[in-house]
Amino acid sequence: MGWQRLALSITLITAACGGGAGSAVDTTPAPAPAANAEIEALYRARTDSARMRFTEADVAFMTGMIAHHAQALVMADLAPTHGASPPMRVLCARILNAQRDEITTMQGWLRDRGQPVPEVRIEGLNLMMHGVAEHHMHMPGMLTQAQLEELDAASGTDFDRLFLTYMIQHHRGAVTMVHELFGSDGAAQDELAFKLASDIQVDQLTEIARMELMLDEMAPNARGR
Amino acid sequence: MPRTASSIRLAATLLGAAACGSSYSSQAAPTPAPAAPARVATMPAAAPMPDPRVGLRAGLLNAGEAVWNLRLLSTTPPAADFVGVTNSDLAFTGQYAIQGNYNGFQVWDISNPRQPVLVTGYLCPASQSDVSVYKNLLFVSGEGLGGRLDCGTGGAPDAVSADRLRGIRIFDITDIRNPTYLTNVQTCRGSHTHSVLADPNDSENVYIYVSGSAPVRPAEELAGCVGAPPDEDPNSALFRIEVIRVPLAHPEQAAIVSSPRIFGGLVAPPQHGMAPDDIAAIERARAAGAFIVDLGGQPRVLPSRMTAPMLDSLVMARGGNGTPTAADSAALRAALPAMIAERFGGPRTDGPRPGPTQCHDITLYPEIGLAGGACGGYGLLLDISDPANPVRIGAVSDSNFSYWHSATFSNDGSKILFTDEWGGGGQPKCRATDPMEWGADAIFTLENREMQFKSYYKLPAAQTPEENCVAHNGSLVPIPGRDVMIQGWYQGGISLFDWTDPAHPMEIAYHDRGPVDPDRMQMGGSWSVYWYNGVIVSSEIARGLDIFELVPSPLISANEIEAAKSVHIDYLNTQGQPRFTWPATFALARAYVDQLERSNGLSADRIAAVRQQLASAESASGRGRQDALLRLSEPVDGYANGSRDAAKVRMLAGAVRQLATGMR
Repeated sequence: MGWQRLALSITLITAACGGGAGSAVDTTPAPAPAANAEIEALYRARTDSARMRFTEADVAFMTGMIAHHAQALVMADLAPTHGASPPMRVLCARILNAQRDEITTMQGWLRDRGQPVPEVRIEGLNLMMHGVAEHHMHMPGMLTQAQLEELDAASGTDFDRLFLTYMIQHHRGAVTMVHELFGSDGAAQDELAFKLASDIQVDQLTEIARMELMLDEMAPNARGR
Repeated sequence: MPRTASSIRLAATLLGAAACGSSYSSQAAPTPAPAAPARVATMPAAAPMPDPRVGLRAGLLNAGEAVWNLRLLSTTPPAADFVGVTNSDLAFTGQYAIQGNYNGFQVWDISNPRQPVLVTGYLCPASQSDVSVYKNLLFVSGEGLGGRLDCGTGGAPDAVSADRLRGIRIFDITDIRNPTYLTNVQTCRGSHTHSVLADPNDSENVYIYVSGSAPVRPAEELAGCVGAPPDEDPNSALFRIEVIRVPLAHPEQAAIVSSPRIFGGLVAPPQHGMAPDDIAAIERARAAGAFIVDLGGQPRVLPSRMTAPMLDSLVMARGGNGTPTAADSAALRAALPAMIAERFGGPRTDGPRPGPTQCHDITLYPEIGLAGGACGGYGLLLDISDPANPVRIGAVSDSNFSYWHSATFSNDGSKILFTDEWGGGGQPKCRATDPMEWGADAIFTLENREMQFKSYYKLPAAQTPEENCVAHNGSLVPIPGRDVMIQGWYQGGISLFDWTDPAHPMEIAYHDRGPVDPDRMQMGGSWSVYWYNGVIVSSEIARGLDIFELVPSPLISANEIEAAKSVHIDYLNTQGQPRFTWPATFALARAYVDQLERSNGLSADRIAAVRQQLASAESASGRGRQDALLRLSEPVDGYANGSRDAAKVRMLAGAVRQLATGMR
C-alpha cells in the first residue's frame, strides 16, 4: 500500500478525533485563570527558546535522515508486491509505520526552527525529495539505484534475503549518522534532537539484531552476500 | 496466531501465508480500537461507550478530560524553573514525592494529596533525571549531552567535554529541603534509567544497576570507554550493564564494581510460547488427527495439501495403492521430524550473536531474588542473589515487540509483565491504525523460572496523531487477591487494569486528557504513574503532578480500596519492586468476600451470612470479637470444598483467623 493512502487515512482520523470535548467529565479544581495564563506564557516562552538551541549539524542530521528514512519506505513498500513472507511483511509494516512517524517528527523539528522542510514523494522505486540538497540524498548505508533495482527484481525468498541484507546495511548507516551527530561540537544539545537521534539509534540496533537473526534462520548459506 | 519471528518465518516457508495471515493486518486493515472495550462490555460494569477518551479538546491547561472509576484530587503545575521542560520519573520517601525533570528535580510534600506543596526545586539539568531514593540518599540519572558536572544550565556543547556529566548523581537528602550534591559516578553510555537494589543480605551497601542506551562516550572524555564491539576490543562498553556499589556510610565512595555481560550467548530469539488460544487450536487439530511438526520450538499444523502427497508416496514406496492406511500415517508421523530438519536445517552456527547492546530498564524484586530486564529485543529474567553479579536465567523475544522497556512482577512473583516502548515514547502509537499488539504490554506466567507468554494489553482508546502514546511506566496497586496495575501511556493518559487472569487482562479505570497542542505533537502525558500509600501519583510531562484516588465501582469495591490503602511502605522506587503485605483488617476480609461474590465463589446466602457475621464481630470488642471471628473462620475453611474459587475462600478464612489472632 502506498504512501499517499496512509497519509490520507491519518488525515481522516485527525478530523474524526479533533473536534469537541466529547462526553468528558472535568473534575479538575481549575486554578485561577490568571495563574494559568502565566504558566501557559512561560511554557510557550521556554519551549520556543529551547528551539533556538541547535547547530548546523543538527539540521544536516534531520535533513539527511529524512532522505534516509524515505528510502526505507521505498524498500518496505515493495514487500506486498514481491512475494515477501508474512514475517517480512510484518517487519516492513513496522518499518513503514515507525519511519513515517519519525519523518513527520523530523519535518516538524525543522519547521519549528525555520529551516527548509524536505517533502517526500515516492513513485515506485523513485524517491523524490523537495527541498533537499543533492548531498543529503547520499547518506551512509543508502542503497544505490542498482541495488534498489536488484531488490525490485527479486521475489519470494530471494526478496526476503536481499531485503534483510540491504535493510541491515541501511540501518547501520542510520546508526553511523547518529554517531557522527554526537561527535559534532554543539550537536544534540537540544532535548528533542538528542531523544530522536538516541531513539533512532537504539530502535535500529534492535531491529538490526532481529534482522540478522531472521537471516540466520533462513536456509543455510543464506548469508552468502 | 504465531507470534515469534523465527517460527513465523519457517512456518510461512512451509505452510504458505494462510497460516500466519492475521499477523499482518496493521497497515492494510486498521485494527479497530474498540476491540478491548468489547471485552469490557461483558463485565458487570461496562466502560462508558462510546469511549469518552476519543475526541477530547486539546489544550495545555484546559484540555478536555475523561475519567472513569478514578477521581482527580489535584493537578499541580511545575515551579517556574521547570515549566516547559519534561517532567520524568517519580520516587517516594515518607510523605514526599520526588519528581524528575530534565532541568533537575522537584520535591513535593503530598501529605494532603488535594494540595501538594513544593518543598524544593533543585535546578540541575540532565535528561532523563530518573530518580530513586534510599534512606538519606537520592540518585538521579543523566544521559543527555547537555548535563554538566556543576549543574549549570548552559549545556556542554563540545563533542569532548571535561564539564559533561553522563551517569549517576548522588545527593544527600537528610534535610530534604536542602539536598546536598555529594558526588557523581560517570559511565560510558550515561544513565538513561537506573535501579537501586537493597540487598536483603547486605545492610552496608546498596547497588545501582545502570541502563544506558545512548552512544558510547569518547575515551578522551571518559577514560576507558570503548565504543567498538567486544570482538574487536574486550573492554567494549556495549553489551553490558554497569553495577555501582554505594557504601551507605560513605556514599561519596560510590563506584562501579562490575560490568556484567548478561547478554552473552543469546544466539537466537527464544520463543515466548503461544497464547492459550493458539495452543487450543493446535490441540484441536491434534485431536482431529492432523500432522503436527515442531518448527523453531513451536508446533505447527501441516496442511493436507502437503501431507497428502507425502502419504501417497509412502503407499507407492511399499508397492501399494489406494487410500493410505493407519500404518502409513504412523510411518509419516515418525519420519516428519527428520524431514523437517533436513529441509530447513538448523540455525547458522558460525559464531554466536552478542545479543542486545544494552538494557532500557531493569526491575529488581529482591524478595524473590529475581529481576526483569527489558533489554533491546529481549525480556530477560535475572537471578540477583549475588547483587554485583546478576546472572541471566531466562530470555524471551517477541516479533510484535520493538523495544523492551520495563518489567513488573506480580506481587507473588508468579507473573511478569513487559512493556514495549515502540517509537521511544515520542511517537503516536495508539492511533486506530496501530495494531493492538504493538507498543503494548506482554504478560507472561513465571513457573519454575520459565516465562510463558499469555496475552497482550494495550490502552483500548484510540488516540490522535498529536498525542505521543505507547506503553510506559506503572506500578502494582495493592488490591489483595488480585493483580492490578496502574500504567502511564503518555498522552494516552493512565489506565488501571486487572491481569489476575494473565490471558485476559481488562481495563477497570482510566483518566485521559486531550492533546497538549491541537495542531502538532508536543511531548506530554503521563511519564509514570505509581500507587503510593493510598494515592495514585502521575508525573505529567507538560502539565505537572496529578494525584488521583480510586473510586468504588462494581469492578473495584470500597472494601478492596480500603484494604489497598492499608498497605504502607516507607519509600518507593518502582524499579526496585517492593513486596506488598496486608495488615489484618476487616476491610481485607470484606475485600475477599466482595471478590467471591464477583466470581460466584460462594453462594449468595453464604456471602450474606459471612458479611453479617463480620459486621457483628466488628461491633463486638475484645474477647467477644475474637470468638466471633474464630467461629466464622472454621466454617469458611469448609466452604472451600466445592467452591469454584477455593483458593480465595481459603484466603478469606486466613484473613479472618489472622484478624482474630492478631487481636490478642
